[in-house]
Amino acid sequence: MQFCEQSLDNGLQIVAECNPDAHSIAVAFCVNTGSRDEERAVSGVSHFLEHMIFKGTDNLSVDEVNQRFDQMGAEYNAWTGKEHTSYYAVALPEHQDQIVKLWCELMRPALREDDFNMEKQVILEEIRMYDDQPPFGADEACEEDYYGDHPLANRVLGTEQSVTDLSVDAMRAYFQSHYSPQNMVLTAAGQVDFSALVDSANRYCGAWSNEAVRREMHPLQSAARRRVIERASSSQQYVIQLSSGPNSQDSRRYAAHLLVSLLGDSSGSRLYWELLHPGLAEQISTHYYEYDDTGLIMTWMCCAPESVEKNLRTVRTVYEAANANGFSEAELARAKTKLNSRLVLSSERPQNRMLSVGLGWIRDRRYRSIRDEMESFNAVTLEDVHGVLRDFPLLQCSATTVGPRVGSVWDDV
Amino acid sequence: MPIHEHRYPNGLVLVAESMQSLESVAFTFLLPVGAAYDPSDRAGLTSVTCEMALRGCGDLDSRQYVERLESLGIETGESVTVSHTCYRSAMLADHLGEAVRLYGDLLLRPRLPTDELESSRQVAVQEYRALDDELLQKVMVELRRGHYPKPWGQSHHGNIDGLSQITLDDIRRHFAGGYRPNGTILGVAGKFSWDELKETVGEVFGSWEPGDWSEPDGGALRVHRNHLKHDSNQTQIALAYPSIPYKHEDYFQAWGAVGVLSEGSSSRLFTEVREKRGLCYSVGASTRSLRQHGSVFCHAGTTAERAQETLDVMIAELVRLAEGIESEELDRLKAKMKSSLIMSQESSMARAGALARDWYHLERVRPLEEISARVDALTPASINRYLTENPPADFTVVTLGPQSLEMPDAVL
Repeated sequence: MQFCEQSLDNGLQIVAECNPDAHSIAVAFCVNTGSRDEERAVSGVSHFLEHMIFKGTDNLSVDEVNQRFDQMGAEYNAWTGKEHTSYYAVALPEHQDQIVKLWCELMRPALREDDFNMEKQVILEEIRMYDDQPPFGADEACEEDYYGDHPLANRVLGTEQSVTDLSVDAMRAYFQSHYSPQNMVLTAAGQVDFSALVDSANRYCGAWSNEAVRREMHPLQSAARRRVIERASSSQQYVIQLSSGPNSQDSRRYAAHLLVSLLGDSSGSRLYWELLHPGLAEQISTHYYEYDDTGLIMTWMCCAPESVEKNLRTVRTVYEAANANGFSEAELARAKTKLNSRLVLSSERPQNRMLSVGLGWIRDRRYRSIRDEMESFNAVTLEDVHGVLRDFPLLQCSATTVGPRVGSVWDDV
Repeated sequence: MPIHEHRYPNGLVLVAESMQSLESVAFTFLLPVGAAYDPSDRAGLTSVTCEMALRGCGDLDSRQYVERLESLGIETGESVTVSHTCYRSAMLADHLGEAVRLYGDLLLRPRLPTDELESSRQVAVQEYRALDDELLQKVMVELRRGHYPKPWGQSHHGNIDGLSQITLDDIRRHFAGGYRPNGTILGVAGKFSWDELKETVGEVFGSWEPGDWSEPDGGALRVHRNHLKHDSNQTQIALAYPSIPYKHEDYFQAWGAVGVLSEGSSSRLFTEVREKRGLCYSVGASTRSLRQHGSVFCHAGTTAERAQETLDVMIAELVRLAEGIESEELDRLKAKMKSSLIMSQESSMARAGALARDWYHLERVRPLEEISARVDALTPASINRYLTENPPADFTVVTLGPQSLEMPDAVL
């Protein structure tokens, strides 16, 4: 396993974790832009643009793009989040040059108006699809409550209204100001020929002009609100609680990952034994998300509507007990083994490494091997975990529930 | 990659593929008991039995068992399909022996504790209720119920009546009859020593007594139409039609035809339904195989007002498929298959499951080289011949949404 990095004169960074024993190559462009970088008037543009990238260039039609990916037998897709948009393909190493060339070309899209209007229908269908699925938009509603005016409140997909109102010119302007080479990383993992990767990047991206891009940072005044969304057609009740966590630059983030595993992993955690194992909830889990200027801890529950108050009291009791008494060394040791084992198992596929390497590089221009990550988890002490509990109180949260219940389900308001 | 196979005297089959470039190893136990074995008044019994089996075994209670697995970094999962109960596990190669022994306790010496019956039942009830909110899953459950002959359309979720009547005696009987070595397949893939593995599995499972349950009859596929009324934004459209099972000599012809419909963004359904008309976000088709029956399942979800057009376009594409495929379409499919086969060498978990399923359908493992050769041998003429003899027809159609749809002429 060897790490390589180089940047072009225009600022495009190229990073790769090269593994000559891998069977495939995974290649991605990671763009340091997402819904938090959008003005309210263009809400959803990052995600819509992600779809439009596949619609081709001045020299490639949408059919030609689809056929070229499929002719290589590639697996390919893209993903938009709050802070990043990533485009990836996994293919056999013999296709490296072609696949890199295709992605480089697509990163300078035509953004044709006809394609834009057609794809708008697909985006609207995607929004309606998620509206029909648990938690029926309650996650976004809760984020809006929690983040208030902070741009992390922005919805990744936008709304039906914002997407309907979006113009192709507004998308073109957004593209111009955010897809600058200094705001992008070309990342690869697996059986990578790095010098050929750099040659391709130079050939196809070297002429891209470099515009200054800067993410606006905002202070976060998180709120502790409660919201009930009535949905008579829903069978189960869903609850989302959001509280703060360390940001992506914070060394406490390793302890935060262990903390959420101790509290709410899908197996063997404190909430698992209290709620899942006894069959009191269908799902209960705790998750941690890292962003540039803040972190987020989410508690997620699905249960029968009539059980929600009792279950929320149990969650509260579990969190209070963790605050008051902490965890044992044995629990922490098991959590470390579990996370480290998952890291190693998932790292066997280059596609699972490609984004970690690329997004890690965007974060702080550092490469972390699997071994580095494991050492960071192993170095976490019980006191570190307890420190996260103290510094980021889980019960100072915003919470939203959606389901057939009418009226508040919380004891604390 | 070398494939090893061994059948123990009690009927247990071990199939293993060595992937020495990996640090991990994974296994899948495929037990010959699934939702098709649920008695009609105990729907969901296989799922509750699967859950109860996890609740302590040998010297370990429920919690000690989970903690033991976690302390070794062993990842686990379980699921119930219509034909099988499946226990999966993945770990670093050093822990394979220990994991096999832990599963030996689970499968041979489960405690099935009285005081965990209610909580196990509640887990199943919760999952059943949550299904009501998962519209895609819900429509597929109804599609399988209508398309397959009884009991092969039964859902592992069961129903509230069945779940509420299950007793500990039911579970003990179901476990004693269903969890048997004859018919069980253990698929292992990753880094291991074959000699050690074969010996360990023999030691741990040699005393497992064979049982006399047999698989229910296959029956004949059915044609069914239904609309489930639901107050949703989108209408879910699910279609099924008969094809041929995995073990059939012509299976790869059928696979190729469905690939042209649905594999990749240049496929026909994606192009016609999404790219040209913007009718939906997701649309697709895939082959499904029970031992006796092969089928093609298709799905799309779209706004109620555009659902009729979506159904019409989907059916038109299925009918057009019988007119034949082009060589460029097949070339792209072959490229995709070549990639998938080579990349399957990067996931011990996926490969372990594939080995066990191969054995179930074929009583042998189809090596990747053989699959590759069979795909290479496909020609447009061979697939078109297959399509002429087996044109998509006899559609089962289930929709879910605010309004029912008109069935196109080809369906009537």
